[in-house]
Amino acid sequence: MGEILVKEKEIVAPGDVLASGMDYIPTDGAFRDGENIVSSLLGLVYIKGRLIKVLPLNGVYIPKKDDVVIGRVSDMTYSSWFVDVGYAYDAVLSLKDASSDYIERGADLTTYFNIDDFIIAKVLKVNKSMAIDLTMKGPGLRKITRGTVITITPQKVPRVVGKMGSMVSLIKENTGCQIVAGQNGRIWINGTVPDMERLAVKAIKFIEQNAHKSGLTEMVKTMLSKEAKK
Amino acid sequence: MSYNKRFDGRKFTETRPMKAKTGVVKNAVGSAMFQIGKTRAIAAVYGPRELHPKHLQDPSSGRLRCHYNMMAFSGSGDRVRPGPSRRSKEISYVTELALSPVLDLSAFPKTVVDVFIELVQTDAGTRCAGICAASMALADAGLKMKDLVCAVSVGLVGGTPVVDLNYEEEAYEEGAVDIPIAMTPRDGKFSLLQLDGDLSKEDFEKALALAKDACQKIYEVQKNALKERYVEDKK
Repeated sequence: MGEILVKEKEIVAPGDVLASGMDYIPTDGAFRDGENIVSSLLGLVYIKGRLIKVLPLNGVYIPKKDDVVIGRVSDMTYSSWFVDVGYAYDAVLSLKDASSDYIERGADLTTYFNIDDFIIAKVLKVNKSMAIDLTMKGPGLRKITRGTVITITPQKVPRVVGKMGSMVSLIKENTGCQIVAGQNGRIWINGTVPDMERLAVKAIKFIEQNAHKSGLTEMVKTMLSKEAKK
Repeated sequence: MSYNKRFDGRKFTETRPMKAKTGVVKNAVGSAMFQIGKTRAIAAVYGPRELHPKHLQDPSSGRLRCHYNMMAFSGSGDRVRPGPSRRSKEISYVTELALSPVLDLSAFPKTVVDVFIELVQTDAGTRCAGICAASMALADAGLKMKDLVCAVSVGLVGGTPVVDLNYEEEAYEEGAVDIPIAMTPRDGKFSLLQLDGDLSKEDFEKALALAKDACQKIYEVQKNALKERYVEDKK
């Protein structure tokens, strides 16, 4: 007989026993040790049917295929760019994935992306040794020329976006800013009014600090309306 | 004369009062403070990040690299000479060995996870406090671990088995044996066992049993500290 020993959304530490018996199956952040299912992360427990997973509360960005990320061009060669996306090693954006233009041999590539440019890109491929390939081909992928880029803990990006993008549209409506959240924890905010841009930054930092709490949307709503009155 | 009352009035099976906290170093990915008695360790975890020199890179897994350091003002006697020493290199190395059995870095090939352990104040048992702080900091950094690691020193003071020796006891005139131990509390396996002094097999087994009980208490302190940061302000 299987038995669950923790509550949904409970905070667990590595080594905590989550369930006993063979009725449940460990997925991300959990593993089986004999009869027990044990957490391998400091995080929140989610139970879905027979599946048990633990989502981490902290950490660095771990690249995944199809993630939209915001990166900084750190270096370039005659046919590719190296982009810092927050992982241990730089991602590669090759010329063929960077643009659909016809590019003459020996053309000046800095006209496309130069070192220190920020770009919104998509992870095309991550291989087994965690070499990352990026692409610029897709809707909304481009070079960033204005606005602010802030960095938050990557694990908290889903809370900033919210269910079906509810949280991010709440901030957009209240500040009139354009916001793109990269899965690597970098968020681009572009507003016409500097004060509103600052307010959006404040709201996102607020979400980051309170990401593990429930009723976050309401808290952000009251925070934004309070700030708007000032 | 046998040692039948401890210098600080503790029971023989009692550890010094413990304190633990996570998130103490803002710039680190994960960090923790662990204090036992007067010994206080702060651990900060950076990474997984790029590893150089390149020949140290392991294409199948990440690497753990520990740096143990006693701060110049940390002791109660002379100033500790700053910089790496024979002793601190050894402790860094055994700390790596004590932590690596629980840590899973296979998702981060060719990278390194750096753990910096700084001893702010010392009164014996520094490597154990360092390991306790480091294992909490690794968990706080969101890394995959099979279990936490708890460490404590046990030993004989004047022939009596005691837990968690302080400096006064370690330097006991009539002879003291010091056994620093690290343990994974769920399965009760040891990942560090060093010995300074000599003792009988019976005493050794008694000391190990004491260490197991003490580690369970340390485990509770570590676990509560890890969760506290997120639970406390939930109210």
